[in-house]
Amino acid sequence: MMMPSFFSLRRVLLAAALLGLAACGRTPPSTSGAEPVVRLLTEPQYRQIIADVFGPQVVVGGQFDPMVRTNGLLVVGASKAHVTPAGLEQFDRMARSIAAQVVSEENREVLVPCKPARPDAADEACARRFFEQTGRLLYRHKLSADELKVPVAVATEAAGRLGSFYSGLQAGLAGMLVSPSFLFVVETSEPDPAASGKQRLDAYSKATRLSFFLWGTTPDDALLAAAESGELHDRKGLEAQVDRMVGSPRLESGMRMFFNDMLAFEDLSRLEKDSIIYPAFSAAVAADAREQTLRTIVDLVVTQEGDYRDLFTTRKTFISGPLGRIYRVPVTRPDAGFMPYEFPTDDPRSGLLAQVSFAALYSHPGRSSPTLRGRAIRELLLCQKVPDPPGNVDFSLFNDPNSPHRTARERLTAHATQAACSGCHKLTDPVGLGMEQIDGAGQLRSDESGAPIDPAGTLDGIAFTDIAGLGKAMRENPAVPSCVVNRLYAYGTARPPLKAEKPVLEFFEQQFADSGYRVPALLREIASSDALFAIKAPSVQSASLKTSSGDQS
Amino acid sequence: MTVLLKRPATRRSVLRGMVGGASVGVALPFLDAFLNEAGTALADTGAPLPVRFGTWYWGLGHTPGHAIQPKTQTSPGITFLEECKGLKPFEKDLNFFGGFNMPLDGRSNYTHFTGWVATRTGSAPSGNNDIPAPTLDLLVADQIAGNTRFKTLDVTAVGIPRENYSARSTNSRAAAEASPERLYARVFGAEFSDPNKADFQPDPQVMVRKSVLSAVREDSKALEKKLGAADRARLDEYYTSIRQLENQLELQLKKPDPNMACVLPPQPPKEGDEQHIKAGLEVDTVIANHKIMSQLLAMAVACNQTKIFNMVFSDNFSHMRRPGQTYTHHLLTHEETWDKELGYQPVAFWFNCRQMDAFGTFIETFKNIREGSGTLLDNVLIFAATETNYARVHSIDGVPIFTAGRAGGRIKTGLHVVGNGDPITRVGLTAMQIMGLPLDNWGTRSLQTSKTISEIVA
Repeated sequence: MMMPSFFSLRRVLLAAALLGLAACGRTPPSTSGAEPVVRLLTEPQYRQIIADVFGPQVVVGGQFDPMVRTNGLLVVGASKAHVTPAGLEQFDRMARSIAAQVVSEENREVLVPCKPARPDAADEACARRFFEQTGRLLYRHKLSADELKVPVAVATEAAGRLGSFYSGLQAGLAGMLVSPSFLFVVETSEPDPAASGKQRLDAYSKATRLSFFLWGTTPDDALLAAAESGELHDRKGLEAQVDRMVGSPRLESGMRMFFNDMLAFEDLSRLEKDSIIYPAFSAAVAADAREQTLRTIVDLVVTQEGDYRDLFTTRKTFISGPLGRIYRVPVTRPDAGFMPYEFPTDDPRSGLLAQVSFAALYSHPGRSSPTLRGRAIRELLLCQKVPDPPGNVDFSLFNDPNSPHRTARERLTAHATQAACSGCHKLTDPVGLGMEQIDGAGQLRSDESGAPIDPAGTLDGIAFTDIAGLGKAMRENPAVPSCVVNRLYAYGTARPPLKAEKPVLEFFEQQFADSGYRVPALLREIASSDALFAIKAPSVQSASLKTSSGDQS
Repeated sequence: MTVLLKRPATRRSVLRGMVGGASVGVALPFLDAFLNEAGTALADTGAPLPVRFGTWYWGLGHTPGHAIQPKTQTSPGITFLEECKGLKPFEKDLNFFGGFNMPLDGRSNYTHFTGWVATRTGSAPSGNNDIPAPTLDLLVADQIAGNTRFKTLDVTAVGIPRENYSARSTNSRAAAEASPERLYARVFGAEFSDPNKADFQPDPQVMVRKSVLSAVREDSKALEKKLGAADRARLDEYYTSIRQLENQLELQLKKPDPNMACVLPPQPPKEGDEQHIKAGLEVDTVIANHKIMSQLLAMAVACNQTKIFNMVFSDNFSHMRRPGQTYTHHLLTHEETWDKELGYQPVAFWFNCRQMDAFGTFIETFKNIREGSGTLLDNVLIFAATETNYARVHSIDGVPIFTAGRAGGRIKTGLHVVGNGDPITRVGLTAMQIMGLPLDNWGTRSLQTSKTISEIVA
């Protein structure tokens, strides 16, 4: 069941103070918004909802159809995603498995709010109670009488056929979990009483946007109650809910999901490295590497309410037994899970870019890749588009048997002499070469093929001499905070920012800067704004959204 | 009753070595009593044996000059050079298509992407994620997939579910089965009904599931009113998927027709078993998993579980690698030293050879399953293509394509077809026409064609 919310007084007070100082008298520029979106649940959202509604003991198996990353986020791609026959088969399989676990003897005492009159027969009243309660969380609104009729009827029929109340309940729940009312988040608009002729999101849709934005999951009971009472349409009521949500421990899981998406970490789960070249790397390392980075982020930006830019310079992190082997750091209790750790000042590793997750993910199985790393930094962290490679590249320089190029820098320098390649490689390589002290598995090194590594480079005019310097250059780069603002806004609205929303993003960027780049303050600012909920009336023929020409608004 | 096959075989001998073994046995024929005199049709209905369609994908094309000897005009006979010598035993089962071009009308060649999209959809993409039209396997599926549990079965040997080159659009692309265990569980697991078992009892759980889906579909209609046209199209696809699943359950409620070509394969080794092969990109792993999954897929076809199948041997950027080597197959095509004496990059070439060997394995697997008076291969059409002609320079004109199988006698084989620069869509159009699609043209812009390759139509 949904856990009771926990209010972090410290976080709320600090954020409110920062916000009060920064936003005194200022409101974001208005936006006409875009049409309401219809988004398919992403895999992390699906898993989080099941864990929140039924508890983490309910296992979600199965495979999800791939989504297209759009504006840097899968959550945005989900607004265009379809359900294929194979995908639906998987949803059905997962639904049946989840439903079976929910009504199992181990779980029914907690998850089913009543006992049937007879376990071998239908009990409509008890089934109705269960579906009223569960359906409200799964469908993200109070079920209408017609909506409620369906699972109750299914449960009644199935209980009769199978001779078991719980088997009937299982069938009704499985139906709910495969219903488009659960799988698709469908936003609904209504006439705006404050603006004649205009539309606004209805209260349940507002609650849902808020919940997926801040927590990455379905609205909890209190948020749904606020929607039902009309509180969310009232500024004070909205701010009270935002305060509660930003102060909740759920913010941590919500931000883990956001940064997991922003960093494209979904591929870490199947990252493989050559075991001869990188014997210390393993599936356990890959899993822990992801966890390390997400813990580092959440600790700095949510728990400590630190400066977001410090993520690129911080030496404070967490380390586990498997990671200790990669970092060559003694871990006193390797089986004890993650422990806080701080890299010493004479260690070149600081910031996220030096962590195994980022360095290994954006590498090849048997070697590093300054180009992949440079591209990931540009596209994921700076929100800049690196053009696709041309189709007519001449690779003859690499095919020369007498080639003297031993290091990546030498190879890429030769490659970038070609006009067709130099444009993009100028964007990626001077940045990515700064990570060459970290090999393809995330381990520190000083040479490649016997030749010393030169990790110097430049980032948008700032020169650096090693990966620590690259982290500092990132910290001072104005695109770093503006990129996270862009991504958070897109994450909240589940669509790319519109070109016309540039002033809105600039406003949030300024608020972010004024708060000392505190993410909770930024979240509060966006979540409380009219911009997050602004919509225009849905057209009969849904036109494709007009977005800014580049990736960045 | 006609004895269709002189060669005796026991069902046990078929199973022996089916999974994980060195060779595949010869399956029993389609039960004689159910076939006509010629062994080409079902006796009770007169319906011909089903003709199925599949694709096989490999990444990074060929090594020009070392794969197939070029010809100047279409004619019987294919000269297999070193890279393709693994296909020589199947010359009479194959066609090769060379010399077809891919005009892009000024659009970019998105490397390793444009080629497969244009070949399979008939349209050049306008971005590096754009899939502008359904791939041809789905067009064929819309026409012929019925009366089977699965509309399509998509399988990938590289262990990455998203490496599936079958899609209805950019945002509608299924995840492929990426491990033998998962493929087995989906097709031959608890929901599989052995057609040759004497007893059959409809499962009441299946009846319940069907009524659940029916209720969901009816209830969801109210949602449509809330949506714009684009989102309604998404909901329509959802409904289509629901109906497909309902059909699947409907079939599970009926006793399947006896089918002696269908033999339940043994379960592949599971994780923790000594013989288990973990999915991955190391080339021997890919080859081993491809072999097992080919056997499972072919038997799924023989058991009438699907009429449409897609197998990916290697991904479009071929991330396959050899242990201890820092370069993947893809990196090798660009950065490996050119051997002037050999005339190619030796290690990249080695990978290309393994790919063509694997295609041979795939064909052989279908050929080893007896069906009617011939083999399963006689009743399928396999469209095998890649995304580049020569990966080293990302060339897309002359992308090689093979077809394998006789499509129930509808296609001639053993031919080397010369394109003379015609759009590559001619191959896809002809394949779809052979599969019975009422198409008179296919493709867009300069890729549009109405010219059937009549030389291969039987």
